[in-house]
Amino acid sequence: MKSYILPEFLVERDDYRCIRCEVCVRQCAFEAHRYDADEDAVFVDESKCCGCLRCVTLCPTRALTVRRNPTQTPDNYNWTREQLMDAYKQAETGGVLLTGMGCGRELPIYWDRIVLDASQVTNPSIDPLREPMELRTWLGAKPDRLDSQGEGKRRRIEGMGPQLKLETPMMFSAISYGAISYNTCEALARAAAELGTYYNTGEGGLRRDLYKYGRHTICQVASGRFGVHADYLEAAAALEIKIGQGAKPGIGGHLPGEKVSLEISRTRMIPEGSDAISPAPHHDIYSIEDLAQLIYALKEATHWTKPVSVKIAAVHNSAAIASGIVRAGADIVAIDGIRGGTGAAPTRIRDNVGIPIELALAAVDDRLRAEGIRNRASIVVAGGFRNSGDVIKAIALGADAVYLGTPALVAMGCHVCRKCYTGKCNWGIATQDPYLSKRLNPELAARRLVNMINAWSHEIMEMLGGMGINAIESLRGNRLRLRGVGLSREELDILGIKHAGE
Amino acid sequence: MIRIYPREEYCTGCRLCEIHCIVEHSESRDIIKAFKRERRPQKRVEVEESGHLSFALQCRHCDEAPCVDACLTGAMRRDARTGAVINDRDRCVGCWTCILVCPYGAVRRDAGEHKVVAKCDLCPHLEVPACVANCPNEALVMEEVPGDGDQAL
Repeated sequence: MKSYILPEFLVERDDYRCIRCEVCVRQCAFEAHRYDADEDAVFVDESKCCGCLRCVTLCPTRALTVRRNPTQTPDNYNWTREQLMDAYKQAETGGVLLTGMGCGRELPIYWDRIVLDASQVTNPSIDPLREPMELRTWLGAKPDRLDSQGEGKRRRIEGMGPQLKLETPMMFSAISYGAISYNTCEALARAAAELGTYYNTGEGGLRRDLYKYGRHTICQVASGRFGVHADYLEAAAALEIKIGQGAKPGIGGHLPGEKVSLEISRTRMIPEGSDAISPAPHHDIYSIEDLAQLIYALKEATHWTKPVSVKIAAVHNSAAIASGIVRAGADIVAIDGIRGGTGAAPTRIRDNVGIPIELALAAVDDRLRAEGIRNRASIVVAGGFRNSGDVIKAIALGADAVYLGTPALVAMGCHVCRKCYTGKCNWGIATQDPYLSKRLNPELAARRLVNMINAWSHEIMEMLGGMGINAIESLRGNRLRLRGVGLSREELDILGIKHAGE
Repeated sequence: MIRIYPREEYCTGCRLCEIHCIVEHSESRDIIKAFKRERRPQKRVEVEESGHLSFALQCRHCDEAPCVDACLTGAMRRDARTGAVINDRDRCVGCWTCILVCPYGAVRRDAGEHKVVAKCDLCPHLEVPACVANCPNEALVMEEVPGDGDQAL
């Protein structure tokens, strides 16, 4: 069938600059570039270009430019080029549209409509370069009252559950081994260990080579129960029950058999080459009471030494669900917003299901406070953070910490081309092809991750100092330090913030 | 002295090391002129590939270098200051005995008019050799080794 799909990008080559070194040819896993010896020229098949910019980045003479295909489709507000191309694709294939990464639709990004406060004249700001500034964060259930027993160094606070100690309120989101390469997992683990924070295994289990980073690992228990066994639970610093994912609330996962290599089959405890299918629900969880049973089973299995988190996608009723989760005994509630990433999701689900994390966070924090159970669990939010400004606003809205997924991948080289589901990631991230996965050197990638998180931490300290605050704890849930710009009264009410000028 | 070590587990086979080696040993040291205008010098580093396995190989600057022993004219010698094995192009007569004896295949004919050999000189004009500096994945690393490199190959 003749395809009607227009190439998304044009690849332009400056022939004067091109030295025919063929770096682009060798680096493109989609085989968009081809060297022709007869013509001594490099040709491009633009229909294969995914816009990941690997060739552009590595071209030693900067001879390449990738730009959006300027071909116009007939002007129509309704039938935009994207709508046309998606319809053609489905007419040609008959399939569900697949995509990767988070929703990139023009939904309002509330972080951009929220501004921070700063001290002027009447309350002094603090210079974080001269004075101590505390970003340390503890995740886990806190007691209702502060009662202590014992004397001196043996003095202990009563009723304090197991806690996770974070040196900075940022962790790396759940991304499974299988969705990403082993090297990428190792980079996340190394960076988390160096930063004094945590990364999350996702639902794909934990390879034994990474057990040494266990003290900085949150191990996930998802509906497929892949790789869940006693050693896995023992190795972790905390456990997380994954109910939902922001990119695809309400549906499960599917790792195609081609990606289930020997090592992945061992780690996930499934036969090599078989599809790894995560059911949409946990088949043993149909109520909050069922969830409580799994939480307590995991706590029993780990001798009540590790906090248990429950991760849900941000949906309409998140606040009530979160209340149930806390009452079911979870120590941490993780909420993943509509802009959260994924290795593969049906496009329509990713773009249409779920709610923005800003609103879900505000609603959940409000609800837990109103019910007087906010202390019983920490709130971790994920899905749509792009910089330290977003992170600090989330904390002021009521989050204890954030999960960074896409920003972590971006730090390691991801260009958000959304072709993760093809398994041909040119940056060596979302692939199991040994030729591609070695493109990600975990030492280099871990250094990039550490640099980025350190930079964000410095920025958060600067912003805290500007507000005259010397500990992140003092900003947590302090929505008076936030103002909305251009938001409706309803949005302001849900976010629990005043409008700028008020 | 310095040594360059390949790390095959991270070599992506992009061959940027070869390209920048050619540029560094060209007349103008300009990448476009080196490839399109001038006589293109022989590369001193080569990426060996088999399937998904690849690594960049250049002269190991052996402690007991067979090429130095084999050289008829004394062109191939060890630099007393840096410990690197280097070839004096003016003394080299192009007999290629060094090519025969090199166990790594790291010495190559230079296609230029003098028919001399070309090999890695550790880029004496640069702080970090061109192949190491331009490897996008740190699959080539430079290490400072004590003395004349007795730990190296």
